[in-house]
Amino acid sequence: MTAAKSSLQRRAFLAGVALVSVVAPQAARATPEAMAEAIKAVVGDRPVREGRVTLDLPPLIENGNTVPLSVAVESPMSEADHVKAIHVFNEKNPQPHVFDARLGPRNGRAQVATRIKLGDSQRIVAIAETSRGEFWSASADVIVTLAACLEELT
Amino acid sequence: MTNVLINAPKTARRGELIELKTLILHPMETGFRPGTNGGIIPRNIIQRFVATWNGTEIFSMDLSPAISANPFVSFFTVATESGRVAFRWSGDEGFLAEESVTIDVV
Repeated sequence: MTAAKSSLQRRAFLAGVALVSVVAPQAARATPEAMAEAIKAVVGDRPVREGRVTLDLPPLIENGNTVPLSVAVESPMSEADHVKAIHVFNEKNPQPHVFDARLGPRNGRAQVATRIKLGDSQRIVAIAETSRGEFWSASADVIVTLAACLEELT
Repeated sequence: MTNVLINAPKTARRGELIELKTLILHPMETGFRPGTNGGIIPRNIIQRFVATWNGTEIFSMDLSPAISANPFVSFFTVATESGRVAFRWSGDEGFLAEESVTIDVV
């Protein structure tokens, strides 16, 4: 066998491996498309503008099982103009939804904090819906070094 | 049976912005993890959290499996009148927990 041929075989093999790993379906996972669909289900055809929302979570996450997340929205929180709801979505957990919080003028400040699970490095999107029917959003990219839900049986 | 931690001020001035922090003991099993017998552990999560001030709803949240075990939720509210702030968590397998605190508004 010549060196050239063996190199070709190896190349073909590597190409095959690459193809399989691309084509192999990922086990039940949300995708950026699934997130877009989930967002569309909430927003509909109305425009979503970037801004007014502050999405606070650490950029580098050591443990995806508990990730502190805080969403704050600039709003007067008056009867006429307040944040009605805050929705948070993810790209790569098994499901695109994280939470939907309902607020009102009595909240005074549109800020919610919780802790979430992240299955992979991905983009998190927060969308705020105001009483005037506007949608504002913010997104954050996070890197997860130890993903949630990956405990293997030994 | 249920362990709940609430962090809220005992007194507040009228119109003051106060933060209410809640933590509840719950596994928040996602329904995507395999168990020791090879099967999938069935989903067991808290689906809904509602806070009321003297019976009026002030905040609610729909949770998903992506919320960490022992869900922590914090939010703000304006202290309007003395009374009871009640928190209610409900979820899979008939889970229901309630806790309340009294806040004096002066």
